[in-house]
Amino acid sequence: MSEIPAELKYASSHEWARLEEDGTVTVGISDHAQEALGDVVYVEQPELGQTVDAQAEAGVVESVKAASDIYAPISGTVISVNEALEDAPEMVNQDPYGDGWFFRIEADNLGELEDLLDSEGYAEVVAADQH
Amino acid sequence: MVDFAGWEMPLHYGSQIEEHHSVRNEAGMFDVSHMTVIDIAGERAGQFLCRLVANNVGKLVETGKALYGLLLNDAGGVVDDLIVYRREKGYRCVVNAGSREKVLVWFAEHNDEGVELEERDLAMVAVQGPRALSIYEQVSGLTGLAELAPFSARDMQETMVARTGYTGEDGVEIILPGEEARSLWHDLAAAGVAPAGLAARDTLRLEAGLNLYGQDMDDATSPLVSNLGWTIDWEPREFIGRKVLETARESGIDEKLTGLIMEGKGILRHGQLVITEKGNGVVTSGLFSPTLGYSIALARIPRTAKGACEVEIRNKRQPVKIVRPPFVRHGQRVFKTPS
Repeated sequence: MSEIPAELKYASSHEWARLEEDGTVTVGISDHAQEALGDVVYVEQPELGQTVDAQAEAGVVESVKAASDIYAPISGTVISVNEALEDAPEMVNQDPYGDGWFFRIEADNLGELEDLLDSEGYAEVVAADQH
Repeated sequence: MVDFAGWEMPLHYGSQIEEHHSVRNEAGMFDVSHMTVIDIAGERAGQFLCRLVANNVGKLVETGKALYGLLLNDAGGVVDDLIVYRREKGYRCVVNAGSREKVLVWFAEHNDEGVELEERDLAMVAVQGPRALSIYEQVSGLTGLAELAPFSARDMQETMVARTGYTGEDGVEIILPGEEARSLWHDLAAAGVAPAGLAARDTLRLEAGLNLYGQDMDDATSPLVSNLGWTIDWEPREFIGRKVLETARESGIDEKLTGLIMEGKGILRHGQLVITEKGNGVVTSGLFSPTLGYSIALARIPRTAKGACEVEIRNKRQPVKIVRPPFVRHGQRVFKTPS
């Protein structure tokens, strides 16, 4: 079973979003997603300052198996990207909810977080994915 | 687990990259029991295979000798690639699981020599890597396997041990009854051989510059544009597909299957467009090379293209270099980078 932390919000496209104390939102991909992708070898990040729309493509993750788009779970401006992934993309596999984060967004409207799934809702998506 | 030609097979047992490195640095094993084994017997078995295989089976004089070859169709396309082993009586062919039915029908339809064709229900385990031979000897109790020449087999009837593989490393492929394969697998695992799945098999074979049937060669494509000219024996003799290939050779071959490397970020994948100064081509197999740490590919491109070119990935053109495969042999990078 993959790990689904209760304190995060999830998109059905397998990204997670975490509201930080400073009001920004950190984005990554779920444990289930990294497991399904297999070894991650390259992450194409959004540009700093780029505006992203909820559910729109914001980056690409390439694993040994396939290339997959990363969708922004919430609309806003990219204020930080995890540069460590450039040299160590395997962190996405090793620590998907920690050092393997992708980018941070200053949200246009934090209310959009409510449109995302909670851990229980996401667990159902994962369960459906496995059939 | 994935479905592969009706067989349920593991893509990986854990990390496919670790499995890959195990084979390059130590020893790994693949359950390749899906491969189809066909024994061919009868007085004229040799003539039959000489006519159907574009490489010269007539060269297999001694028992245990093997060769890699192609079955061609009348249009000169590739029905399948296979290994043919000479046995004490007759021959053994190992063909792709995905081509099983097609080849069985092809053999039956072209059996003018009245040979006996028998599909064998046998398992097959490939043990590959620098330590493969010594560990397999220790586990099996067999000795002297290092003296077995590459592309030859020790044929002990029920069990056949061949010094062949699909990884670019030393090793053996063992064809044996299914009930014995299970204990062999467990003994090898206990001796430190890492189980490896289909995904590592793909990265290893591509690094070794070996074609995959259905991707780098197929029914509709000439072996002369699939880097397989070396498998055709042009000695004066008849084989199916010969005339078409001869005509093609005379009128000039304008494409080649060769290697690409992309040292920048991103992964080359099957189907991507290749743009060269001499015209466009296509990636037939592409993936991330765990040994090299960047992406490599086989691509079919204009014959005269060389040096630098570009590949279109997600609507952006990325610089790549044309190199001659193989990419990796015995754990080492072997291609030359164009200046």
